[in-house]
Amino acid sequence: METVRAFRSMVKDSLGYITHGSKTYHIWMIFLTVIMLIGMYCYSIQLDEGLSVTGMNDRVSWGLYISNFTFLVGVAAAAVMLVMPTYVLKDIDFKQAVLIGEGLAVAALVMCLAFVVADMGGPSVLWHMIPGIGVFNFPNSMLAWDVIVLNGYLFINITIPLYILFRHYQGKEAKSKIYVPGSILSVLWAVGIHLVTAFLYEGLQARPFWNNALLGPRFLASAFAAGPALIILVLAAIRKFSEFKIENKTISKIAMIVTVAAQINLIMLVSELFKEFYAPTHHSESAYYLFFGLEGKTALLPWIWTAIPLNILATVLLTFHKLRNNFKVLYFCCFILFVAIWIEKGFGLIVPGFIPGPYGKIAEYTPTWIEIWVTLGIWAMGAFVFTMLAKTSIGIELGKLRYKKKKVLESETA
Amino acid sequence: MGDKKKWFQLDLGLNKKQPNAGTCGCGKTSGGCGSHAAEPPKTGHAISSAEFDAAVEQELTQETMVGQTRKDGFQQVFDVKMDRRSAFRKLTASLLVGAGAVHTSCSVTAGEETKEKAQLDWEEQFKGNYKLMTEEEKQATVDRLVRSYQLRKKENIKMTATDASKDVLFGYAFNISKCQGYMDCVSACVKENNQDRNSEMQYIRIHEMKDGEGFKFNEADDNYYHEVPAEGHFYMGTQCFHCDNPPCVEVCPVEATWREEDGLVVIDYDWCIGCRYCMAACPYDGRRFNWSKPEVPEEEVNKNQHYLGNRLRKKGVMEKCTFCVQRSRSGKDPACVEACPTGARIFGNLLDPDSTIRWVLENKQVFRLKEDLGTEPKFWYFMD
Repeated sequence: METVRAFRSMVKDSLGYITHGSKTYHIWMIFLTVIMLIGMYCYSIQLDEGLSVTGMNDRVSWGLYISNFTFLVGVAAAAVMLVMPTYVLKDIDFKQAVLIGEGLAVAALVMCLAFVVADMGGPSVLWHMIPGIGVFNFPNSMLAWDVIVLNGYLFINITIPLYILFRHYQGKEAKSKIYVPGSILSVLWAVGIHLVTAFLYEGLQARPFWNNALLGPRFLASAFAAGPALIILVLAAIRKFSEFKIENKTISKIAMIVTVAAQINLIMLVSELFKEFYAPTHHSESAYYLFFGLEGKTALLPWIWTAIPLNILATVLLTFHKLRNNFKVLYFCCFILFVAIWIEKGFGLIVPGFIPGPYGKIAEYTPTWIEIWVTLGIWAMGAFVFTMLAKTSIGIELGKLRYKKKKVLESETA
Repeated sequence: MGDKKKWFQLDLGLNKKQPNAGTCGCGKTSGGCGSHAAEPPKTGHAISSAEFDAAVEQELTQETMVGQTRKDGFQQVFDVKMDRRSAFRKLTASLLVGAGAVHTSCSVTAGEETKEKAQLDWEEQFKGNYKLMTEEEKQATVDRLVRSYQLRKKENIKMTATDASKDVLFGYAFNISKCQGYMDCVSACVKENNQDRNSEMQYIRIHEMKDGEGFKFNEADDNYYHEVPAEGHFYMGTQCFHCDNPPCVEVCPVEATWREEDGLVVIDYDWCIGCRYCMAACPYDGRRFNWSKPEVPEEEVNKNQHYLGNRLRKKGVMEKCTFCVQRSRSGKDPACVEACPTGARIFGNLLDPDSTIRWVLENKQVFRLKEDLGTEPKFWYFMD
């Protein structure tokens, strides 16, 4: 009974906590709400008229939504890079970062699910996918696998931080016997969600651009570069806007992860480019379209030729210790790396898969404004969710939120 | 051929032992009882190439004759062969529908109708997957859809839920030498299958290719508006190939699309969630999506419908060629075959050794597209 009362009190306290804050905080939240509202309005138009209001058509049947979904699965999976050293290897450096990382994973997963729902032709019959009531094509369909792993990962990433925060809220230590097995599971699961999402594309013999054994590993490498890069940026922002202390050492360690992942990602990119362009076959046409355009159709050129130089520049800069340890350079690198991978793993991956079509037809894809606003709305929703989660967990970790005003534990202040 | 195949292979039943061919009443499988002696040795098919052409010719003239004496709606409904049980079932269903219609048309309060509409919509929204329905449930949803149409449009439609027959496997062959690119098949298909007129959805694409350059799909034009046959070109049609190992079926997360017993790959439009994964998985550009609400002018609606075939679709679901299931399962050729003025399109039962399609497969040099993908299409191309 005591536990239930404590939980109710925590929910009430955190609701109060997230609705109060500085002026900057309020402006930030209002800004996100406005974007979300515009996104919702655009989504209502889409619901009303159908997906014809997007730039997608029978030739290019997946676009901006699925691109963002694919990329965000990677961001969600990247939280594992922080979980592993903290909980499993007991590296205390990451302790503060890990709650932020898991909050980021939750927000990314919420966005993933929202993007999938936005892409559906019939959101009102989505219950067909719920095992038990609906029919689930398991294990044949990779999309069915993806639904399971994404929801499972969401569950894990909500429960672990919730348990830890709840214990801290009550002024008790979180028992490692309970959360460490969960953390180990989430480590394996994170690799799983990204691999399964890659298999979603990799398994299609109809699309040679995706039907490529390197797709899965490359997904992982790029995710472990882009995800922690975003975490570094978020930690930098938190350091600036709250009293939450994040040590330089923590950021440097995450930067190391970003660097290694970005280097591996670059090696794989070279391997992919070599295969496509050294002995080009019929199956290299999508890559040709992406990098050089086909028959005068060049819509993706500006994107990919932004992404590749940014990717290389960031990787090279990060490789030098001196540059990486300069935080201004580090933040800059993380930002451009994030943008580069967003382009490459989103647009640059999904759209060329459909171009040229099964019979060689080249029909280009340009997202419409409605599509772009819905996308922005979902990103705003992600940021909104993350801000609330981060604010609450920071509040609890700093001891501002306490059940019956119990004192802060010594281990937390250390 | 070993028993364990490393990949999927289309089974036309050619390698199966015919129960009456190998064994005889005496129970022996190898000769010796004497009863085999009288059987004439099997020498493949009895028809020659000339007879084949004549048959195609005849089919064409027959079609035009049918075209002249087209059955009207009344005959379409009543000239259907059926056994006693299904006759009773249909009678009961139509009596119910009829009684409902009379009731509503005589009712003073329009509230009844609205209530019924709401009830039908509710039941339709929460019905199960057609593939897993019992016969009764299938009939019930068909009746609901017919009634719902009646309530909305004040028009009657005929919808069937005919299942696949035994010993039938549909196949299709396309004669590249004959096709002249008239696209009559395309317009017949659009009309027959109630496709969206606004987006000009078409299941069939006719690719116009240059002579002497082979099959270069990427250089072909599949959206031409000039006079055909164009000098120095040949034509090739594509549509859903009804693969025996369809990748689209594998990937569907909710089993809204499946391969029927007679080889047709069909979609339950009401179960589809519109994720378009099947579209990405199809190597043949065989699937179409309803990007907005499909519109067919009331007077152009084909009212002879099948649940899995040409019934009216809604926004946000997949659809595709079903080899005109509403026609093929009642013994007719698909609309494209019937409409083709050149006889380039051959359709039939692959398991019937005397069918035209089997003759083509056994006597012509046939090929299929992208065979290396292991999809085993049931759509062959050949030349004279």
